[in-house]
Amino acid sequence: MAETLLEVKDLKVRFATEDGIVRAVDGVSFELERGQVLGIVGESGSGKSVTAMTLLGLTRDRNTEFEGQVVYKGRDLLALPESGLRDVRGNEIAMIFQDPMTSLNPVYRVGDQIVEAILTHESVSKRDARRRAIELLRQVGIPQPEQRVYDYPHQFSGGMRQRAMIAMALSCNPDILIADEPTTALDVTIQAQILELIDRLKDDFDSAVILITHDLGVVAEVANEIIVMYAGRVVERGKKRDVFYDPQMPYTWGLLGSIPRLDRPKPEKLHSIKGMPPSLINLPRGCKFRPRCPHAFNRCDEEPELKSNVPESSHLDRCWLTVDDKRRLRETTIAGESRVA
Amino acid sequence: MLVFIIRRLLGMFAVLIAVSILVFIIFILIPGGDPAERMAGKNPTQQNIINIREKWGFNRPFYIQYLRMMQKAGTGLIPGRHGQYDVLRSFQNRTDVVDQIVRGIPITFSLAIGAAVIWLFFGILVGFIAAVTAGRWSDRLITTLALIGISMPVFFLGIVVRYYLTEKPAHALFPDGGYYPLTKDPIQWAYHLILPWLVLAILFIGFYARVLRSNMLDVMNEDYVRTARAKGLGPKIVMQRHVLRNSLIPIVTLFGLDFAAVIGGAAILTETVFELHGVGWYAAQSVGDLDLPPIMGVTLYGAFFIVLFSAVIDIIYAYLDPRIRPT
Repeated sequence: MAETLLEVKDLKVRFATEDGIVRAVDGVSFELERGQVLGIVGESGSGKSVTAMTLLGLTRDRNTEFEGQVVYKGRDLLALPESGLRDVRGNEIAMIFQDPMTSLNPVYRVGDQIVEAILTHESVSKRDARRRAIELLRQVGIPQPEQRVYDYPHQFSGGMRQRAMIAMALSCNPDILIADEPTTALDVTIQAQILELIDRLKDDFDSAVILITHDLGVVAEVANEIIVMYAGRVVERGKKRDVFYDPQMPYTWGLLGSIPRLDRPKPEKLHSIKGMPPSLINLPRGCKFRPRCPHAFNRCDEEPELKSNVPESSHLDRCWLTVDDKRRLRETTIAGESRVA
Repeated sequence: MLVFIIRRLLGMFAVLIAVSILVFIIFILIPGGDPAERMAGKNPTQQNIINIREKWGFNRPFYIQYLRMMQKAGTGLIPGRHGQYDVLRSFQNRTDVVDQIVRGIPITFSLAIGAAVIWLFFGILVGFIAAVTAGRWSDRLITTLALIGISMPVFFLGIVVRYYLTEKPAHALFPDGGYYPLTKDPIQWAYHLILPWLVLAILFIGFYARVLRSNMLDVMNEDYVRTARAKGLGPKIVMQRHVLRNSLIPIVTLFGLDFAAVIGGAAILTETVFELHGVGWYAAQSVGDLDLPPIMGVTLYGAFFIVLFSAVIDIIYAYLDPRIRPT
């Protein structure tokens, strides 16, 4: 069995705001193994980005409260002081963000920003750091890196900037790369290239990847394991195969149903999940998806636990429906499936 | 670069012409603006006034008068001996305008440069502290003080400071107004200027601190600051290298224009309150006398610095922000 790099245990993040306490993350647990790509999927506001930023302590603030543990190589990152955490950031766990257009500082050269990351964690000469920056830019597919290393971010296209961000993230050879919606702001053709790049570099650098996205198509491409989040909780978790071919949670069905597909008869209308995600200040009682769930019944007044309901023990979900009911009901949600099957 | 400089020089020329025409037109329109009547003194005879008009050319068409004035102003800038009528002279006391401005320049420059150093340094320092401690008591205190500083008029603050620090105490800590030349004794020079510097700087400190604070709070929410933190940079480096650096760009614009204005004689109140006979003071005197030639001279002098510094700002800007650099 592969080495477990990261273990998140019952993570809770609460923000105190003027309107009340926002329970952004409410009991999230998962493990990450070396070489693995973990996809975290959910709508905006489901807590996926907050989870990721919390791993690096980027949500630390006077108005934020944490519970649970983030164990990385035997250390609890949540309990680590800020200065200790800085040695982890960018060095052992690195992160890339959604919008490459704004994620690089416009007034510094791309190369200098990569060099800055290297020099923060390693005592090498500036020249060696620059040489490494050029090598990294070459690895992420920037043409003529010897020249482009002196360019400013505005001289790079969106895709190139995201590549540069990846180069920067990988500059200290991290164990874990957290990619927070890395392809959302990019063209579809570039999206595929970036995903391929992340997947390839993960093996080259022998790291694990946490891929955060709202796009199931993105995780389908590279993830081994998938976590579906809703209202700050994990509502379904399993191997990619299981989640895609045997989804157990009506929320996951909704997500799957909302992807337009070419391999099936065209539905009259693309499926959409009715309603809005709940306010994280005033969560509904019982199952958090109940107000939007077409299959809710009285038992949903009580919140189901995250547990395994199917023979595959690694496949967990939070739903009271029986597995047979689910398999019958979901056909109607994931449009067109019945006609093919 | 050469194209830029040429374009700027042409622009500067156009601005100066426009400004001078504007000043001239204002002077034609305001009541009591007829210089001949004023120059003729009390109870003049009609013949007297006509003679003056004839002699100074006030009976000629306005455009001729304007061109003649510009010609005189131009001649005045050329060094060498000048006759009575070929340079720009005050209607009031016949003094050479260029001469008077040149005499005021060391004083105005001393005031402006010293005050600028103080206001820039403290403005940035105070704004930085306020932004870093945003929402806490230090920020609130700074905000309050800044507002007091911004709303404190120089003619009030200056007089209060002058009265309580130089005139009222038996053994005053500071000299009472006046200018001491830098070339004679730099220490006396600074000692005489310290109060005017502070009084002039206080308004700007408050203003700059407020602007910098809000810029920094904006920049702190930028994605690239999050990137910098995710890299593992310490909070100090993030603040200095990524937040402050980017927040200073708009401050440069402000500073360039404010500094140009003060150099150009806009510190009229400070110069008057502290009896510093600089360009601003000269402007105040001339406006009081409705004396067109010095007003024209000082206005052109001020406009020159404004245009010059806005060109300099553009160059500095390109250095600070690579996005607007010509490629």
